[in-house]
Parts: sequence; structure tokens; C-alpha cells
Amino acid sequence: MQDLSFITGWIDSFLSTTCGLAPWLTITIECVLIGLGLLLMYALLALFYIYFERKVCAAFQCRLGPDRVGPKGLLQSFADMFKMLIKEIIPLNRVDKFLFGLAPFLVILASMLSFAVLPWGNGLQVIDFNIGIFFLLATSSIGVLGILLAGWSSNNKYTLIGALRSGAQMVSYEISISLCVITMVCLAGTMSVSEIVAQQANGWFIFKGHIPAIIAFLVYIVAGTAETNRGPFDLPEAESELTAGYHTEYSGMHFGFFYLAEYLNLFIIGGVAALLFFGGWMPLHIAGWDGFNTVMDYIPSIVWFLAKAVAITFIMIWFKWTFPRLRIDQLLSFEWKYLMPLCLVNLVLMVIVITTGFHF
Amino acid sequence: MANIQEIVGKQFPEVTFAQGETLELTVPDASWHALAAKLHKEFGFDNLRALIGMDWGEELGIVCYLVNSRTYEMIRVKVSTANREEPFLHSITDLYAVAGIYEREVYDFYGIKFIGNPDMRRLFLRNDWVGFPFRKDYDTNPEVNPVRLDHEETEDTTVTYVEDADGKIHAEERVIFKPEDFVVNIGPQHPATHGVLRLRTAVEGEEIKKIDLYLGYIHRGIEKLCEGLTYPQTIHFVDRLDYLGALINSHCVCMCVEKAMGIEVPPRAKVIRVIMDELMRINSHLLAAGTFCMDLGATTMLFYALRERETILNILERTTGARMTFNYNVIGGVRQELDENFVTDVKALLEIMPKAIKEYNKIFTGNVIANNRMNGVGVLSEDDAVDYNITGPSGRATGWNYDVRRAHPYGAYPEVDFEVITRTEGDSMARFKARMSEMEQSCKIIAQLIDKIPEGEICAKVPKIIKLPEGHWFQEVETGKGAFGCYIESTGTTSPWRMKFNSPCFCLAGVIDHLTRGQKIADLITIGGTLDYIVPDIDR
Repeated sequence: MQDLSFITGWIDSFLSTTCGLAPWLTITIECVLIGLGLLLMYALLALFYIYFERKVCAAFQCRLGPDRVGPKGLLQSFADMFKMLIKEIIPLNRVDKFLFGLAPFLVILASMLSFAVLPWGNGLQVIDFNIGIFFLLATSSIGVLGILLAGWSSNNKYTLIGALRSGAQMVSYEISISLCVITMVCLAGTMSVSEIVAQQANGWFIFKGHIPAIIAFLVYIVAGTAETNRGPFDLPEAESELTAGYHTEYSGMHFGFFYLAEYLNLFIIGGVAALLFFGGWMPLHIAGWDGFNTVMDYIPSIVWFLAKAVAITFIMIWFKWTFPRLRIDQLLSFEWKYLMPLCLVNLVLMVIVITTGFHF
Repeated sequence: MANIQEIVGKQFPEVTFAQGETLELTVPDASWHALAAKLHKEFGFDNLRALIGMDWGEELGIVCYLVNSRTYEMIRVKVSTANREEPFLHSITDLYAVAGIYEREVYDFYGIKFIGNPDMRRLFLRNDWVGFPFRKDYDTNPEVNPVRLDHEETEDTTVTYVEDADGKIHAEERVIFKPEDFVVNIGPQHPATHGVLRLRTAVEGEEIKKIDLYLGYIHRGIEKLCEGLTYPQTIHFVDRLDYLGALINSHCVCMCVEKAMGIEVPPRAKVIRVIMDELMRINSHLLAAGTFCMDLGATTMLFYALRERETILNILERTTGARMTFNYNVIGGVRQELDENFVTDVKALLEIMPKAIKEYNKIFTGNVIANNRMNGVGVLSEDDAVDYNITGPSGRATGWNYDVRRAHPYGAYPEVDFEVITRTEGDSMARFKARMSEMEQSCKIIAQLIDKIPEGEICAKVPKIIKLPEGHWFQEVETGKGAFGCYIESTGTTSPWRMKFNSPCFCLAGVIDHLTRGQKIADLITIGGTLDYIVPDIDR
């Protein structure tokens, strides 16, 4: 398993030793570099997801999907991005200008902050501290604030209904997500992201934690889909009911931010699922198969992480293009009557499994 | 029939009778409401099929077609008033729920005010429209009604006319929405209204309190236009009403004219027309199912449905040359000979359809979310279906066994064996499933006919100039949405005195408010989708 920290280590020593910069300047430069790296990654992933989802849904629907711009339509999402960037942001009368402008930034801020915590690869992690996963839960909840503000400040009845739906939905499903995360934290015994990954070196948590971990994974995927406002839980922007829900009045790059955040949140949900259940960047190891394990180790850790996250998000895309949408009362009763009690029972089950040592 | 004449004649000596296509009763306005009540209660004429506004030159009035929902017997009642300045008639809204919206239409176009109708606003035209355009003495000068550039004020009140004990009529204001109501405009531009239909919806949280319907955004005045055209010219207009039932609509108009002229259609044309009608019905149901599923968020199902619809459109295109407005039926038969591959193409379609329907059911009908969204949502009772004149799959889903193809068979339908699909639940799921089963029945009808298309002429010999004798005719057909009727009143010239298209979607739109009370906003989409109205058919 190569450790990618040699790259970061090299940059650090290059700046401080070779260039002889002061420590504060080194750190500043590094922070800027990391910020740029994250933003670039963020944009590229969003573009990838836009293309990926279009192709996947086209395959489901007996269509071809984008195939005109670039080879196999690969440049389509770049073209879309440039279109979005040069579009006019239409100023509206009678909106709360400050909140209206602030809302998309809050949404994108929330997903960017969560993005930073993800364990990209062996030695590639931006923020790693002892409550990493807790930080992730906290930052991803800021998003709902942005959506509520967007709906409220637009001064439109559709957006208001969309925002209220979204608020109710995201606050509810956050409980399930948190409970699932707590269940896995119980198994790991730590909240540090790097520690959680390290613990899965000899077996992913979904195998180690068996029944409660599988239940937690299933609930997490459902709740995660709801948390990202994607079908079949896309009520806040149900286009057949509320035109576009909370972001009806947004145009240009303001709308682009919501659009980007939606795809990135999808990736974050997939990434966190990979982290908690499928060993983060850890390669697949099977005890006793040394040859197999060595081969697996040759695949770079960042590829492992991305592949796992994308595979999980593929399932969520599959949901969206198959199921019809729920109704708001069904959505909320599903969470409060079924998912949350199930999560609580599952948490107790996990504790019993751990205390009796019934896990691998 | 003789029975009606005897009993009604005894109680209402002022009623005159005539026997045409159906029994005709002419009644003065004073006893109109009492007569309607008697016909409704004692003779079981509980379904108001059509209420047609008329301008006979001297008199204004209405013509009503009443149907007995059990025996499918139909009678015609004529009510008129000689007062052209302030015409008043009595409303029958309390007897027939559908009369409410029909009478509004008549008021809009003829200016007849109905005493007792709770809502006497214009229906299609703007509030500030001057005059009543369907009257024969209407001033068409564009200066009277210029294209207005200001927007129309939405009024939250309406007017109703009340008659007090000594026969004096006065207007009363009625409130539609109170100032504190949270009214959301759904439409006219909205993804789920399937056209430009505006529903002002008062909501309480997610719950719908009341819906006020605004129509007329794409009203083209087709009925008025027809009055200035010859009969063959009118046919292409009906392709543009319910464009998913274009061939069926034009079939109806052709039959009405043929009936009036006594033209016998060759057997080959009859069979071709029925096969085309059934292809059209499958097409209509496929699009209804597909777009409905998309409204519920299941986008993939739309593409599955469109895939089969494409096959049908290709078949139709090869014979008629068009995919949307076919203009295929002509008076006396059909316009072109069938395409040489028609039979093989249709047979290929019949092979695909059962598999496709199975696939739809697999992806959508059995889905637990779809079931939760549709079961018990927008329940329409059988009595309400009769009362609101809901025909077609939506009406049959309530258990009302009314299908024009069976009740008053036309064309080649008497020769074929098919089942009239009825369900008892009356909810959205029942309406959806009824359409699915009807597609199977349509396939069955086509399968019986496709090998037995008789040889011979495709069009009867008709005179060059088509002139109808003096009189009136009403013809109904079963479209994908319900019973579509064509009414022609002729004075013996080459163009109609009055032509009325009685569309099923108009009644479907009229029942939305009734069905959505107390349901969720999302249910409005479910209900609208399963009712399957097409806006060009509402706004004729």
C-alpha cells in the first residue's frame, strides 16, 4: 500500500527547507494550495456526476444520453458549466436581497466543509482530528439553513412550500443519519476519520459488524437519499408540484451552486458510506489470500475510495430513476414511525454485539 | 318513451313533445326546474350529458341532453327565453352537479344568466370582455374588444342570482377566497396541468381547502369558427381538440354529418375507422399513463410508454401521413387507402403490447410507493360520476358501466367482442388500472378486425356540395377520455347554424375541486394525472 503522504511531505519540505520560508508562510501557502485543490476536485466531481447521472439514466430509459459534445459526450458537462457561468443572474423585485444572495453560498459552504473531512486516500486527508465524523455531521446540517433561506427570501409561494418541506425532511432524516453514524462509531470506538479507516485494515465494518452494520448501512442509504433531496425523496423540488421548489427563482450561477451542491452532497453521502461501512480507502483484503491481497494493494488508495463512493451513489441514482416520489406525510411518517425506531433498536443491538464480543 | 310523454304531459300541460332522434321536450323556463327534478327523480334521467347554449335568432336558450345512467336512454329538453337584453333561465345545478360549469360556459358565450347557479362569472373569456361572442348579433369589431395589454385582475368574489318569493331577481355577492386564505396559483404555466390550465388553490399547510378553476387560456372559439365554414372544413378542427383522440373526434363529426344526410358508409371504411380509433385509444392511454408516472416522479416509465407510442404513431403516419393531427376521416369514409404494410405493422404491435403492459405493471403498478400514492386518493363515487358526468375510464373506474361503444354502438363495434372495463374503488389506482386494462381490450378489438378488413370502397359517394337538411343531430363516440359528443343544428345551408363539441375533459376539469378537497398538494397531481384531462379539449 503506497502512502500518498510522501507527496504532501515533499511539498512541505520543499517550501520550508528548500525555499527556506517562515513556518507561518509555509502554512498559509499550503492552505491556499489545499483550498485550490479541493475546489478543483469539487468542480471536477460535480461535472463527472452530471455526466454520469445523465448517462446512467439514459441507459435506464432506453436512450443514449449526451453524445454530441466531445467523444461520447464527455465534454457536455463542461459546456453546461460554461453556459451556467456566463448566464445572467436575474435580479428580482421584492426579494430579501441579502438572504437571497446568501442562501446559495450557505448551501455550497456546507457541502464544501463536509467535503474536506473525507479520507481521500492513504495520507490524503485535509482535516483530521479526533471528532472528524462529528464535524462532518455538524457542517452538513448547515445546508438546510441555506435551503430554508432560499425558499423564504424568494418571496414566492412555491419556494416557501418547497423550503418548508425541505426543512421538515432534512431535519427528520438527519436523525436517522446521525443514529447510523453513532452505531458505527460504537463499533469503531473513535470519531476520528483516520482512526475509523485504520480500524478497517483487517476487514470492512460491514463484515465486522455484520447484522447491525448491514441494517445501519441500509438505513443510511435511504436516509442519505432523503438528505440530499433526491428522488424518491425530491419533494422540496418536486417539479410536477412546485415547479422547482426552493430554487425556482434562482438563475445563473446562483442556481448553479444549488445544482453543484446537490451532486456533491450525493458524493459526500456515498463517501461517508464508504468510510463507515466499506473501509474508506482501504483495499479489499481477504484473510489468507496473500496473492490477492498484494494485487489489491497495488490499486492506489484514492481509486479505492472514489470507486466505492461512486458505486454507492450509483445505487442512489438507480433509486431516483426507478421510484415515484413520496408524499410529504408518507415521507415524514416513514422516518418517524419506521426508520428512527429501527435505528434506535439497531443502536442497542450494536451495543449488545460489541459488549458480548460477537463481532469479528 | 310514450310513458314519459303521458305522465309529464299530465303534470306539465305547457310542455310540448316532438319525436326526432330522441324524444324532445320543449318547456317554458317557469317549469323547467320542476320538470328537470321530475325527470331526474322519477324517470332516472340522472346524467346531464350536454347543456348547449343556443341562439335561435329571436330567442336565446339551452338544449339539454339527459341520459338515464342505467338504461342509457337519452332525451332532449329545450328551454328558451325571448328576452335578449336580460336573459334569465333557471339553473339546475342543485340537480346535476355538472350543470354548474356548463351553465357558466353558456353565460360566457350567450349571456344567459342562470338563477340559482352559485357562480355566475365568465369561464373562458376575460372579466372585461364586452358582449357575448356566440350570439348571432355579436359585434366582432376589434375596437370593441381590442387585444388588451394589461393583465386581468383576479377577483376573489363572484355573483349569484337569487329569485325571491315574488319573482324578483337580484344579484348577491359570494366570496370565493377570503383575504386570509393562502392561495397558490397552480398554472397556467405549470408542469403538471398538462397544458395551460389555471387552478387557484387555497392551501392550509399541505392540505387543499378549495380550488377555483380558470379556463380559456388556449380557447380558440372553434365552435364559433365552424359556424362560418362548410361541413367538410369543420372536420379538421376536431383533430385539434383532444389531440390524443384526434381520429376518434373526427370519426364523431363525420358520423353526425353522415347521419344527417343519410349516407351509408362502406363496410371497409367502418372497419378501418374502428381500428384507427382503437390505435388512437391505446396511444392516448399510453401517454396518459406515461406522463402521469412522470408527474409522480417515476420518469423512466414515461420513456417506456413513449417507446410503444412511437410504434403506433409510425403506423398511423404511414397511412395518414401525420403523427398528430391526421385529418384522415372524411364524410362518407376515410381519405386514403391503408398503407400496404399496415396489417403486418399492426400485428407486430399486437405482439409487443401484452409484454409492454406487463413491464409497466412491473415497474410501476406494483411499486409500494406508487400504491401509497394512488390507493384511496381522490375517490369518486359512482353517484358522483353520474352527477358530474364523468365518462370514460375515469367514470368506469367508479363502477358506472357506461361505454358509448356498448351503450350506443356505432361503426363496426357491434361486430366485435370486448369487455367494458369497470372497477369499483373509484380512486386514482382504479383509474390507472382501468386504462391499463382498456389497452388490453383495445388490442383485443384490433386483433378481431385486422384479419377481416373487408374489400371494397373506402369512401361512399357523397355530393360535391354537402348541405344538411333542416334539423338537429347529436352523435357520441367513446374517446380515450370519455364520451365525446358532436351536436349540429342546421338551417338547411352548407354550414351549420350551431355546432357544439361536447368534450369529456370539460367535465373532468369540473370535478377537480370536488375530488381534491382535504387532500394534499401532491394528491392534486395524482388526481389530475389519473383524470387525464387534455386542456385543448376543455378550451375548445
